[in-house]
Amino acid sequence: MKFNLKKDSLRDVNDHLQNIDKKSNNRSFVINNPDGNHSICAGLKDEIEVTVDGHAGYYCAGMNMNAQITINGNVGTGVAENMMSGTVHVKGNASQSAGATAHGGTLIVDGDTSSRCGISMKGIDIIVKGSVGHMSAFMAQSGNLVICGDAGDALGDSIYEAKIFISGKVKSLGADCEEKKITEKDKKILKSLLDKSGLNDKDINNFKMYGSARKLYNFNIDNVSEY
Amino acid sequence: MCGIVGIYLKNKKLNKDLGKLLTGMMNNMATRGPDSAGFAIYSPEKKNRYKYSVCFSETSAKEIKSQIIKKIKDAKIKVIADHLIIETTLAPAKVLDIIKKFKNLSLVGYGNSIEIFKQVGNPKDVVKNFNLEKFSGTHAIGHTRMATESAITTDGSHPYSTGKDECLVHNGSLSNHNNLRRTLKKRGIEIRSQNDTEVAAGYISSGLLNKKSLKETLIDGLKDLDGFYTFISGTKSGMAIVRDEIACKPAVVAETKDYVAIASEFQAMAHLPNVNKAKIFEPDPGLVYSWGK
Repeated sequence: MKFNLKKDSLRDVNDHLQNIDKKSNNRSFVINNPDGNHSICAGLKDEIEVTVDGHAGYYCAGMNMNAQITINGNVGTGVAENMMSGTVHVKGNASQSAGATAHGGTLIVDGDTSSRCGISMKGIDIIVKGSVGHMSAFMAQSGNLVICGDAGDALGDSIYEAKIFISGKVKSLGADCEEKKITEKDKKILKSLLDKSGLNDKDINNFKMYGSARKLYNFNIDNVSEY
Repeated sequence: MCGIVGIYLKNKKLNKDLGKLLTGMMNNMATRGPDSAGFAIYSPEKKNRYKYSVCFSETSAKEIKSQIIKKIKDAKIKVIADHLIIETTLAPAKVLDIIKKFKNLSLVGYGNSIEIFKQVGNPKDVVKNFNLEKFSGTHAIGHTRMATESAITTDGSHPYSTGKDECLVHNGSLSNHNNLRRTLKKRGIEIRSQNDTEVAAGYISSGLLNKKSLKETLIDGLKDLDGFYTFISGTKSGMAIVRDEIACKPAVVAETKDYVAIASEFQAMAHLPNVNKAKIFEPDPGLVYSWGK
């Protein structure tokens, strides 16, 4: 089934996609002419496939549960923010705060993301095939952020228990973020995420892993400038 | 919030459509700034002929025109809504003085190339009032305002122009504008409103007066202007964009062989010709990008 955002209202399209009859076999949708509109495919909750054919605006695929959403273009701020499960695949670049606060699911970005990618992530897996901007994985609590390119300033600032895998350069690390030794278990996680994103040929030995130094967990007067 | 847009045409064939392209961009940014709107249009300069964009109030166009012609003999005056474009060979020092003496006129900007229009109201109405669709030119900059730092008035609307053929639009707010306003006034830069953006425009004028390029001035601004911002600044030869280093305020650039377009959000340029084949990117924080001769 095809929608055309030049004719159909965004409210109607989202309403349709949010209320799919459980018995319906028609579970594949295309949205044409997204033209940078905001909140496309926000709040989907069923196992359906949606292709957004073009560039989307803010909060695309926000709060997603179960749906497989592909965007053939760029996305604005907050793609897949607060996602619970499912997969969001951006074929272009993503703007800031990609995958923000998301609890689960997988976000794959073929291009770059700008600042604050994975901010406050709570269990999502994010795979960025390009580079990420500054303050990425800020206060990241759980989940994995895989970066095939480089990272901007203050990577992993005030990070909790999320893991960052990166193959390129890190411009600078944020407070309380440090390089970790990659265990066999971590390698398995990384390999499965790369495979899931179609990056089977990537050598996992080129990746470094970063996580929390856990020095800011409890108040310590020596660290007062870092809080 | 606020919406900012800019378009620089590389292909002269598009010059006649400049107003039409900018109208779409402004309309699509109306949601980001419903309080007021304004735009600056650059067209090829006429040497030794100056254009003064002024806004009139509490009088009729006919009345004010006849009063101006008494003072500026060779003035050609175009009336567009509540704005006048006064074209004359008379040098700025004299004309600016004459305009200042009219209580019901306020200067919006002047130069050999620029024309500026701004008005309180929804951007969709403002562009209609000025008939923006009919304008042609080489490049243009626009703004839709959600007021924060100063009142909803024409004086509080963007673009700001504090020097010949200059203009600035801003999404964000500055925190050290009062101090900087005092410093700039001492350097002889005239700042007319209480608005933070006008101070930034004055800062750019001051840099250009010191023979710095627009790009150099904006780089200096990264350390002197405290606050958060995405700026689009225009001169008669082109335009530039810069975002502060934290980069909370959005910007997208789309570049094709025919034009460069900048907007707060992609949806402002979804209607531009061949935009889906354009090179689309977000300007990096703390970097100045410029286009033009």
